[in-house]
Amino acid sequence: MLILGIETATERVSVAIGGHEGVIGLLEITKGRRHAETLVPAIEFTCRQAGIDLDEISVVAVDVGPGLFTGMRVGLASAKAVAQALRIPMIGISSLDLLAFPCRHTDRVVVPVIDARKGEVFYAMYKQVPGGIQQVAPPQVGPIDEVVADLMARNEEALCVGDGARRYADEILDGFHCEIGGDAYPSASPLVQLAHARALREEWVNPREIEPVYLRAPDALINWKTRSAR
Amino acid sequence: MTDEAFIVDESTLVLGIETSCDETAAALVMGGDDVVSNVVSTQIDLHADFGGVVPEIASRAHLDALNPVVARAIVEGGVDETRIDAIACTVGPGLVGALLVGVSAAKSLALAWNKPFVGVNHMEAHLYAASLEDPTLEFPLVVLLVSGGHTMLVEMQDHGRYRMLGQTIDDAAGEAFDKVARFLDLGYPGGPAIDEAAMFGDPDLIQFPRAMREVGLDFSFSGLKTSVVNFVRKHPDVGDADIAASFQMAVVDVLVHKARKAAAQVGATGIVLGGGVAANSLLREELLTACEADGIQGFLPSRSLCTDNAAMIAAAGWHRLRSDGPTSLNVGAIPNLKLPLID
Ligand SMILES: [Zn+2]
Repeated sequence: MLILGIETATERVSVAIGGHEGVIGLLEITKGRRHAETLVPAIEFTCRQAGIDLDEISVVAVDVGPGLFTGMRVGLASAKAVAQALRIPMIGISSLDLLAFPCRHTDRVVVPVIDARKGEVFYAMYKQVPGGIQQVAPPQVGPIDEVVADLMARNEEALCVGDGARRYADEILDGFHCEIGGDAYPSASPLVQLAHARALREEWVNPREIEPVYLRAPDALINWKTRSAR
Repeated sequence: MTDEAFIVDESTLVLGIETSCDETAAALVMGGDDVVSNVVSTQIDLHADFGGVVPEIASRAHLDALNPVVARAIVEGGVDETRIDAIACTVGPGLVGALLVGVSAAKSLALAWNKPFVGVNHMEAHLYAASLEDPTLEFPLVVLLVSGGHTMLVEMQDHGRYRMLGQTIDDAAGEAFDKVARFLDLGYPGGPAIDEAAMFGDPDLIQFPRAMREVGLDFSFSGLKTSVVNFVRKHPDVGDADIAASFQMAVVDVLVHKARKAAAQVGATGIVLGGGVAANSLLREELLTACEADGIQGFLPSRSLCTDNAAMIAAAGWHRLRSDGPTSLNVGAIPNLKLPLID
């Protein structure tokens, strides 16, 4: 069973192919925000370098967010189209899971923090469990002060990862003593690994059932609701 | 996509995809003019509360709607998807976030099916809408393209050979309809709302100004809305129907007058109407009458082909594929894409 992983929820475009043997092909481009230009050629290149024909793929895995809306939609639209064209199922995985998974060997609380722009971040909290990592606080969006307050309330050793953790490193370290480390961006490599485990259990869906995780309503809707509430 | 020469002919079946604004659309067109299926999912209701298209809401809706719309276009076409020879998609102009959904999906379908991809200019596609119903059009033609975003007169000398004869210097005609409809509280979108209200009004009751009517082939509509507002303030007793009808007449009068002038200037065999405002009943009627009087043809595509649709994208894609070949898969959205002109 071969899985194609597509990840575009942050600044990075990442494509991976893998299966029983682990990840056999990986391409990551972290330059500018030209997701739409880069992604399809990246899929083509990764397949060719891995010696795979796209129609040998049996599952498409995709990062469903949270992340930068326009970027994540490029990945979702492409992933859904590939799955539709090849008539194969899909597996959607959260960007926060992808940032936390590579840190599964620490016994600290792992806090993926993704820059959501407009002074806010997307974040969640994870703890080590046998064989992996488990979410202990659900995905949220809010200002960095809220992350710091949550960390202080929890009062445990923590590891903050992601581009949001780096951007707001000063604010986090001023408020709470912890380590800023791990990856800046989610990668398609853990995406394929996590999806493979789920695919073995046949936990996949039809492309139509893949739901993006925005965590934030469109600005116009927020403005309109506050206006009509007045 | 293999490197063998790709032959584009009467049997070439193109899947068209359109997501540049607030319609998610897919269509199958054979040989550039034979519409096999044409599916449009409109988001008008999602944007109605805001009185205009909200880009983020549009982008989200496109992502949700696109796969089902493509699937329906294939099912309704009654063909096997392996029969599709190429995938055409709007790359611009339009809302960037909305365009990206279609472009990403279309390129991915092309890659997965190993078929050529062709990027289409949305404005050029509007020029092809009429030829879907009347493939006998003879060049040169004058195309009057009127929508919420554009108002232009284009000379179509041949496939892919266009000359800009005139365009709006401020608001698009469709924008004027939206603004006046909003001011009169007639609803959204403005075009159909004004059209309906005007049916019971007197188009000659108020002589709203016809800006630049006798000057060149460019248009100006921004002053018209102000005139309507000022008139309503001064004459609160005059009904919406009469105002809508008189406003609509002012817009249509200028559009038809300039289209006629343009056709005479280039010796056109006919005038083609395109864009969302081309669905306006008064414009259709007046343009046909004018063409008849001038002894030229008037081509009015049906309403479903005037407004945004993917059949016109597939048709334009077929022509572009024949003249230029496939588009590279590293193309993105081009929100400000201009109509390719010869001078
Ligand atoms: Zn249009």
